[in-house]
Parts: sequence; structure tokens; C-alpha cells
Amino acid sequence: MFDFTEEELNRYSRHILLQDVGVEGQEKIREGKVLVVGAGGLGAPVAMYLAAAGVGTIGIVDGDVVDLSNLQRQIIHTTPDVGRWKVESARETINAINPHVKVNLHREFLEAANALDIIKEYDFVVDGTDNFPVKFLINDACVMAGKPFSHGGILRFEGQTFTHVPGSACYRCMFNTPPPAGAVPTCSQAGVLGAIAGMLGTIQAAETLKYLTGVGELLTNKLLTFNAKTMDFRKINVKKTDKCPLCGANPTVTQLIDYEQAVCDLHK
Amino acid sequence: MATHILDITKEHCPMTFVKTKLKLAQIAAGDTLEVLLVEGEPLENVPRSAREQGYNVISVEHVEGNVHKVTIQK
Repeated sequence: MFDFTEEELNRYSRHILLQDVGVEGQEKIREGKVLVVGAGGLGAPVAMYLAAAGVGTIGIVDGDVVDLSNLQRQIIHTTPDVGRWKVESARETINAINPHVKVNLHREFLEAANALDIIKEYDFVVDGTDNFPVKFLINDACVMAGKPFSHGGILRFEGQTFTHVPGSACYRCMFNTPPPAGAVPTCSQAGVLGAIAGMLGTIQAAETLKYLTGVGELLTNKLLTFNAKTMDFRKINVKKTDKCPLCGANPTVTQLIDYEQAVCDLHK
Repeated sequence: MATHILDITKEHCPMTFVKTKLKLAQIAAGDTLEVLLVEGEPLENVPRSAREQGYNVISVEHVEGNVHKVTIQK
């Protein structure tokens, strides 16, 4: 127990000094297994901060390759990485930051067919995806499997996030079903200020570390939204509802669904 | 209740308190930890930080030269 090496004590000293983290909290972080879905704008800062923090196992799900247009915000990848698998580029950065982290690569997209199998070995899931179908899929799979997760979404100058633990409000308690494909623009259509990904992703990373260490109050039953143009942050109270089609009294969503994606997203 | 000794006379801040916290985490509740440290930052910071974080600092005694002993009960 608490067999930290001299190098680890030095590396994590700023955590260990914190009264609320300490050696005990750092041990919990080291034992933590976190799945980051998407090695993009949100997944990049999440994975990098979790790596730096010393999370023992980080899983990365992404079936895409690095595109030049990703580099404006996906800071885990660099210019020479263009054309490489995102999961491989991400692993390289994670292990350059912290070689103690075990990185599991899932070089595929999360789908109804693989979601439960992929998330089952992790303690906490972070949604770093850029589209509604997968956001609902992560929510549904985590609620069904009893996994806590952090939801995150960004667009233009705005971001929103909440944290779910078993029993708290889920995405479908707030938003019943995904908007029709193409009805809401995605980042690839509407654009996003790169730093917004960092703002929201670091909030998700902090929530993950709070969950692992048991420190503070999570964003459960709260939807945090911000607009970076005015730097207004808002916390909206949300409730788990009996009418929820997933976790309510009479659920209609009883299996995972692959919702249709906007066509332009499929061919980007 | 056992007594443990930790020598951090060769350490610098913040590793002085980091090592103190590690040792405190490793010993049983009720045990006593005697921390040997030097004057200056370690002597100023370790007992203060320990108190701030809720540990019971029983005594701070001069041992010899610039070495002091801080006794903390877990």
C-alpha cells in the first residue's frame, strides 16, 4: 500500500500536498481506469490532464486519423501526426507526459454493437465525441451498465457538461431523443473556438479526478453551460425523471441504438 | 501504539511534507511519527502544514545543531 517511488512522489507532489488528495487520493488516481471516447477536441485535454495526474489506465476510443484541420484544437496531436491513427498519436503524447500510464487503444468508433463490451473494464467514462448519436449511445450504455460518466459538448463559443453517477439524472432525463440528423450543426459545420475545447475538456478532467478521489461535489443533477463570448457560466438544476425513456418508470429505450448521423459528418 | 521515525534532514520543500504525508499514510491510526528535520523552511513548513491538514502535532523539540524533531500523532 502506498508504494510510491521517489520519482512518483516528486511527480505527484502537488497532488499529495493537497489535503483533499494526499497519498490516499493519489493511490485512488493510480488505481483508476478511465475510458475517453474520442481523441479529439475534448478527449485531447481530458487524456492529457488525466495522464499528467497519474491515472493508472486510460482507454482511448477513436477510429479516425489525424486531419490537419484537427490541430487547431486537438492538442494531443501535432503536425507530424497528420494521417496517423488518432489513438496511436494520443498514446504517444500520453506516455511522453507520463510513462507510468497504461494506455488501451480501441481503434474503432463506439457503436451499439461494441459499446457495452468496451466500457465494461473502466471505472469512469468521458464523452469527448462530436455528435449526438454517440452522445446518446454513451449515455444509454453507461446507464445500462451502471457506469458513471462525464458528458461534454461544445459548439462555436459555447460548452455544456454534466456528470452522471448511477441514480442521478441522465442525458435522456434532459433531452429525450437526439435531434434529427442534420438539424443541429456540428463543429465540423458550424466551427468552434479551439480554446473552448480546452475549457470544457479540463472541466471534464477535473470531474473525473473528483470522482476517482471522492473529493468535492460532482456536477450530478446539474448542467453546467458557458458562453465564452461573455464568459457567463451557469449551473442549471436538472432532475432524474420518471418520464425518462431510459431510466424512468416505463422505459422505452431498452437496447442500444445507432442513430443516424448527419451525412456530411460521415464523409468528413 | 508504535512510534515511527522519519529523517527528512536531507530533503527540500515540498518533498519534506510530501514524505511526511506518505509516512503518515503508511502508519496506523494512533501511532506516533517522529520527524527529524532541519531549521529554516522545513521547520517552519512541516509542523504548520501538518496542523493545517488536521494532524495532531504533539511537540517540536531541538535535537542538536540545526536538527529538530517534530512529533505527530496520527
